[in-house]
Order: sequence, then structure tokens, then C-alpha cells
Amino acid sequence: MSAKIVCENVSKTFPMRGGGELQVLRNISFAVQENEFLVLLGPGRCGKTTLLNIIAGLEDPTEGRVLLDGQEVTGPHPDRGMVFQNIALFPWKTVLGNVEMGPRLRGEDKEERRKRALYYIKLVGLEGFENHFPHQLSGGMKQRVGIARAYCNNPEVLLMDEPFGHLDAQTRYLMEQEVLRIWQEARRTVIFVTNNIEEAVYLADRIIVLSACPATIKAEYPITIPRPRNYTDPVFLKMRQEISEKMDLAL
Amino acid sequence: MASNRKVKVTVRNLTKRFDDLLVLTNVSFDVYDGEFLCIVGPTGCGKTTFLNCLTRLIPLTEGEILIDGEPADPKKHNIAFVFQEPSSMPWLTVEDNIRFGLEIKKVPEKEIQERVNQVMALVGLTEFRRYYPRQLSASMLQRVVIARSFAAKPDLLLMDEPYGQLDIKLRYYLEDEVIRIWQEMKTTVIFVTHNIEEAVYLAERILVLTNKPTTIKEEVRVDLPRPRDFTDPEFVRIREHVTDLIKWW
Repeated sequence: MSAKIVCENVSKTFPMRGGGELQVLRNISFAVQENEFLVLLGPGRCGKTTLLNIIAGLEDPTEGRVLLDGQEVTGPHPDRGMVFQNIALFPWKTVLGNVEMGPRLRGEDKEERRKRALYYIKLVGLEGFENHFPHQLSGGMKQRVGIARAYCNNPEVLLMDEPFGHLDAQTRYLMEQEVLRIWQEARRTVIFVTNNIEEAVYLADRIIVLSACPATIKAEYPITIPRPRNYTDPVFLKMRQEISEKMDLAL
Repeated sequence: MASNRKVKVTVRNLTKRFDDLLVLTNVSFDVYDGEFLCIVGPTGCGKTTFLNCLTRLIPLTEGEILIDGEPADPKKHNIAFVFQEPSSMPWLTVEDNIRFGLEIKKVPEKEIQERVNQVMALVGLTEFRRYYPRQLSASMLQRVVIARSFAAKPDLLLMDEPYGQLDIKLRYYLEDEVIRIWQEMKTTVIFVTHNIEEAVYLAERILVLTNKPTTIKEEVRVDLPRPRDFTDPEFVRIREHVTDLIKWW
């Protein structure tokens, strides 16, 4: 395996209203291997989204840099697909319209992009809903559209920012199974951000634990429990507890 | 649950229909005075309708709800509700948010002060008493609402998944806190959640609901010492049992 994404000493500081500065990321360095499922786990408001935005090229780091296949990231690009926490579908577009939006804007051949869009819509389990609008879908279904849309750009890396944060606990279990199934079928390098330890242990090849603000790397856990993992397996629960003890509590 | 405990709330044959859609059918149960009762059910089983019926803010199709043997009435009985989203009033400080209901109920000033100080201390808000909601995090806001609800000493406190989106570590912290304040205030609580582990962590008793039309599938007692340990085999056994009852995913 080779490193797909490398973060080198990434720091981010925001100016504060009324003067002063707020550092949210400090000296973050890690590498993600090709096709690895990496989870960034941290307490609320610790700078996880900022880190993902920097990897996506939506924000610049104050210091340090991000490399994709050895090339420095200087802005957003279809090679990094993003699945947003607030889903961010285009409400006036159908499921199909949302999923093929990226390739369409890049002027890709209609037949080609449609074929791919339909493939991913099927892969995320939304066959038959191609012509539905977002408001006709449940929360879990909307996020499936978000995942299909990200895949449809043929990204090298998928960046997922707490995609299931708004779902109820049971729908979340379903979507966790689904995201693994999709990943196993359409392998990509994934960086998945969450504040949920159980979700992290269920999904990850490796977990990087971030501290409370400013975020630094606090610990790293390779998760070797064979898949499919069982949420109540004693080894699973022990892993959860071990990580929980290491994590900061952000009130 | 010792049967000699006093019954606080009785729900009898509760049925709710919206036109042709039967949402709740023949739900009957008792809640004991000072009990911590959790309700879990599959996604979309009508738990919001269920809670709305319990507030008596929407009419029942059939059945009755009694508090201390009398028909529940929001004008007479004190029924408090903690919503999923923090619902503090943005123009009031933490302290004034907690005082608000007590002032409306015309509780004597001395007692208001005592209760407000007590609950603020219990949830660690004393040093934030002069803060406004916009200055606080989501979890702090939810604590304001929870403190406000307990301070009212309600006959019945309804909680609708108040910790839904918080991270697990924080949730356990807040769950321990809600147990502490409940033990101190001896409030009767009905806590609704999708999260089975949370129900096992909190409840003295869990009512498991069916899919629509919703009724009670099973009652599960949780007789584990507190604070509970989610890795304890007995905890896991109860969690798996409840999961098997409602699993759809």
C-alpha cells in the first residue's frame, strides 16, 4: 500500500471577532493508505470539519500542507468527493439530477454520466427513486443520495463529515452497514469524521483520535476486529471503552 | 418494581387515529411515583404522537390518562417536556430560563431561589447563571432545559430523546447527570429514545413498542446497580434482548 493522502504539520488559526486568534488545529500529521477506511474521531467542535475542509481544499491551512498522491492540494477538485453533515442536496433537482450534477457541470457526455449516476443510485439502494425530489425522501435516503453524488464524480478519496449525525440511532446502524457494503463494492480511500465512538469502531480500519480544541492527534488505534463487526461483542465493547477513556470530554 | 409502589400515572386503552391512519392502539400501562421509565420502539413507530397525547395537548381518540387518579389536565397538573432540540428562551439568562415556569406558577420567591440554586448546582450551571443561551454550547443548552424542567417539580416529566446527537462520552456524562438530578428530585420521568443502549443505561423499566399501529410489545425491567457499565454481560444481555424485539435494520 502507498500513502494516498498525507497531512504534514497542518495547523489552522482563525481570527476572532474583536481581535485575537483561535487556533483550532495544531500540528496534525498523518498518512492515509490507498483504499484505507480511516476514521477521525473527536469530541464536538474540536476542529474535525475544519480539518476535512482543508483536505478537501475548501480552506487553506495556516501552516503545513496536504498532499494527494504526492501533489500539494491547492483547492477543491473532483478527485476528493465530499459527503456533508447537513447533506446539502439541491432541493430543486431530482435524485438523478443531484447525483449527476458534478459530471454535468464538467461537461461530461450525457450518456456516460447518466449510466454512472444510475449505477451509483442502484448501489446506494435508491433504484426506483431516480425522479424523486429530496423533500420526498427520509433522512437516511437523502444521505444515500449524498453518498451516490460523491461517488459519481469518480473521486480518488471520499471525505465524509459526520454523514449520519442527524439520523436516529437505528437508522444510523443501517447506514453504517450500508456505507461498509458500498465501500467494499466500490473501494476508495475514505476519511470519515465522527464524534461517535461506536460508529468509529464499527467502520474503521484505523481510528485517529483528536483532542479538544485546538485539535491535536491524541492517539491512534488500528481496528483489527474482523468484519462484519458485532456492536455487543466483548472485544468491540472493550475497544470502545479504551477509546472512551482516552477521549476528551467537551462540554 | 415492587408492586407496593404508588401509581402516579395510569394510561388506559390509549388509541389515536388520524382519519384512517391508526397510530396508537390500545396502549395501557402504569408509571410509578418517582419512576424512571424508558420507551423505545422502531423508527417511525409514532413515538411523537405518543408523547403529544401524554401532554394532553392533542385529543385522544379513545382511552384515558390519569394522574393521581384524576384525568390528566395541563391546566391542573404540571407536565414538563424536554424536546430533542434545546428549547431555552434566547432572551433570558440561564437563571431566568429556569425561573420562568416557577414565576408563572406563582411559586413564592424564596422557594424559587432555593429550587433554582439547587438545580443549577446539580447540573453544573451555577457559574453560568448570567449567561445567555447564545453564549453556550448545545449540550449546555440542553442542561438548562433539563434543569428548568426538574425545577418545576412536575407531576410528569416527558423527555424526547434529549441527547440524540451528542457524542457517546458526553452522553454518558449527561445521562449520569440526569440520573443524579432525578434521584435528588424524585421526579416521575418518561424518557423516549431510539437508542437501546441509552434506555438500558437509564431505565428502571423499559416499555418496548411495536411498529404502527403502535402498542406495547413487552415490558423489560432493568435491575442493575448504578452507575451502569455497558460492558457488563447482564447489561449486554438486556440490550440484545430489546434489540431483538425491535430490530428492522
